Amino acid sequence: MTCICNWWNDLMSNPIWFYLIATILKLVLMFAVILAFVVLSVWIERRVAGWIQDRPGPNRAGLPLFLLERFGSKQKQPLKDVLHFFGIPETSWIAKLCTWLRFDREIPTFGLIQPCLDGGKLFLKQEFTPSYVRKAYFIVAPMLVLGPPMVAAAVIPFASSVETAYGTISMCVANLGIGPLWIFAVSGLSVYGLTLAGWSSNSKFPFLGGLRATAQLISYEVSMGLSVIPLLMMFGTLNLQEIVQFQADNGWTLLPLWGEGLSLQRWAMLAPLALSFLIFVTCVFAEANRTPFDMAECETDLVGGYHTEYSSMKFASFFMGEYAAMVIGSAIVVTLFLGGWSIGFGADAWVAAHCGPWWAVTAQFCMFLIKLLAFIFFFVWVRWTLPRFRWDQVMKLGWLVFLELAVANIFLAAAVMYFIQ
Amino acid sequence: MNTTKILQVPDAATAAADYLTNDADDHGELVTLNVGPSHPATHGVLRLKLVIDGEEIVSCDPIIGYLHRGMEKIAENCHYNQFVTYTDRMDYLAPMSNNIAYACAVEKLLGWELPERGQAIRVLCCELSRISSCFLGTGVFAMDTGAMTAFLYAFEEKERVHNLYEQICGARFTSSYTRIGGMTRDLPKGIEKQILDFCDHALKTVDEMEKLLLHNKVFIDRLVGVGVITKEMALQNGMTGNNLRASGVNRDLRKTNPYLGYENYEFDVPVATEGDCYARFQVRMEEIRQSVRIIRQVIAKLPSGPIWVQQDKGILPPKEAAMMGMEELIRQFMVSTQCVNAPAGQVYFAAENPKGELGFFLDSKGGGIANRLKMRSPSYCTLSILPELLPGHLVSDIGAILGSFDFVQGECDR
Repeated sequence: MTCICNWWNDLMSNPIWFYLIATILKLVLMFAVILAFVVLSVWIERRVAGWIQDRPGPNRAGLPLFLLERFGSKQKQPLKDVLHFFGIPETSWIAKLCTWLRFDREIPTFGLIQPCLDGGKLFLKQEFTPSYVRKAYFIVAPMLVLGPPMVAAAVIPFASSVETAYGTISMCVANLGIGPLWIFAVSGLSVYGLTLAGWSSNSKFPFLGGLRATAQLISYEVSMGLSVIPLLMMFGTLNLQEIVQFQADNGWTLLPLWGEGLSLQRWAMLAPLALSFLIFVTCVFAEANRTPFDMAECETDLVGGYHTEYSSMKFASFFMGEYAAMVIGSAIVVTLFLGGWSIGFGADAWVAAHCGPWWAVTAQFCMFLIKLLAFIFFFVWVRWTLPRFRWDQVMKLGWLVFLELAVANIFLAAAVMYFIQ
Repeated sequence: MNTTKILQVPDAATAAADYLTNDADDHGELVTLNVGPSHPATHGVLRLKLVIDGEEIVSCDPIIGYLHRGMEKIAENCHYNQFVTYTDRMDYLAPMSNNIAYACAVEKLLGWELPERGQAIRVLCCELSRISSCFLGTGVFAMDTGAMTAFLYAFEEKERVHNLYEQICGARFTSSYTRIGGMTRDLPKGIEKQILDFCDHALKTVDEMEKLLLHNKVFIDRLVGVGVITKEMALQNGMTGNNLRASGVNRDLRKTNPYLGYENYEFDVPVATEGDCYARFQVRMEEIRQSVRIIRQVIAKLPSGPIWVQQDKGILPPKEAAMMGMEELIRQFMVSTQCVNAPAGQVYFAAENPKGELGFFLDSKGGGIANRLKMRSPSYCTLSILPELLPGHLVSDIGAILGSFDFVQGECDR
């Protein structure tokens, strides 16, 4: 035991090994969380859509109990036996509640397992590649859609830094000094996936879809980049971890209620920041190819858009890529505008001081996930409420409205920062 | 026969020069895009052969007939009552109105007039199916522009109408409710209250959908000024119904030549002058309100009495009487096998259906079978405007324009 402890101590005392091990742990955590959230957001999408549209949505799929029999269980009605064991009569409300929750038939997941089963189904489906496609690009395209959002997530901080005995762990996979730039640069790559998918399918509907996606993503990338400049002027840094720390100390970007956030300047800054928020969120919608900006795959005129010719796991990659983009988009919005992992009202420092740093990290991580879920809900809500724009209107909106607004917003923010001290 | 084909060998250099100097449009390259026959926007099996320049449509060639079942020919081979079931399959979104329009056409040939209660029930059913059809029309229209939720709201109301259908005639979808000279059965007891409840609910949903869509900037941007059909265009192509009224022509057969006692009910005919997709949407929504108004009046003064024409020949006797009396049994047999004994002659009857003017032209040489039946289907005329209307629009507008027409391929192809 001592031997292992010593070995571990030696290993972790070496800064390179410490860095490597910490990074790999964070990497695994981040990857698992994102993939879990992709699945979860599919479920949220379908349940919320059901809720909005007066229908149940997937609420049934559970793990059926007859699976136990497959694995040798002799019990026909496990619920009855369990109730009997605890001496609960079958007419009591507990028994009724259990039946209502379908415990007598399955281990209920409230439909949560449905997206997993859908994924499994897509794995097992026939992989059909039309003969006329350009094979290499056809295969590369889905990877290019799924990859960039995952890579972009590397710089998103999910909790505050922690001092350990061996050194400081910054709770993001890569603590880069160019956070937002990295995200824009990498997530912009996914446009290649869409273009290649549309072009290599060698078919007209996907081609139109690919072209639309390209034009749309490129034009919104511009406004997106410009719209965060007022924020960066205020924060004075491009490091996302520092940006969130600033918000934790001085009030969230859109909620300056504590620390130095109560100054006149911050409140005056709210106007340009709110405008930034509006532009940025719209651009995130456009980047994620979601309604009202889903003309690249809009069903009613392009059938499936760029993924019309795809089937099985390649289609699933597009599908997951889209949801991953949505999750990452939400994470960026939360990080930049809604305080990231910070609990708010100065609670971060208090928790860290009174409960210890690891409790603080856990609380912050949970807070981050809650905010993320809330924003994903917003995404879904918008999708099932608004009709979709027409392609040329999207272009007009991007180039003639948002670009101008974003540029003017920079000057407005500069004026506020210069004149109101 | 031998034909000589002259092949022109393309001159690559000239072609390249042409390509570079052609500044008529951006690149001079046109693409043929085949939309349909199974495509989400074409509601059934319409096929459009589009020539597009980028996203802009240069020409459009609608190809119909994928759902052709030879209904007019079938009508020549079965007697009048047997053909009622085929009318279900025409405009399958409003089967009741088709049944009724057809029965009225044959009754016009025979010179029969239904008793008051029979007429009132027919009006009731007509308006119910109009509500159902208009709901589906607006809902699908909304879905074509991307608003999925409004579609499901509308579909729920349509389901309610189908529940009422089920109680009235026993079938949810293919109703086959009418017979020549009456209906298969009287209204079930207590359905009036359910219909009134449904009316309240339908109005609520209309309001909800209007709130969700009509003042929505995205929706307005997509529809205003898109697919503008002028008065002249609409009249030239024989458009009828809501699509015609959205172009500013106040023509409703229920007002101009009333049938089934429509003159006794108070209702307005919604007319819009713009003629674009947005106007068609509005007119259709208003149509639902007016139908509800008519239904309420029908229920308020629903007369009692027989629902069948009071005739000795040509209509089925009550079942109990047929089982007990000789005369009635013979009549039952004769009506089932030979139907009515229609006089020779020709009639045209048109009814204002949800999709427009549904006309039946009957040519009879006497007896129970039509010599010729010609249908005038509104969807067919509506679709004939596409080659004129679509050029100049974007590919994205196809969904909006086709959705706004609210056509049914079963009726168009017959």
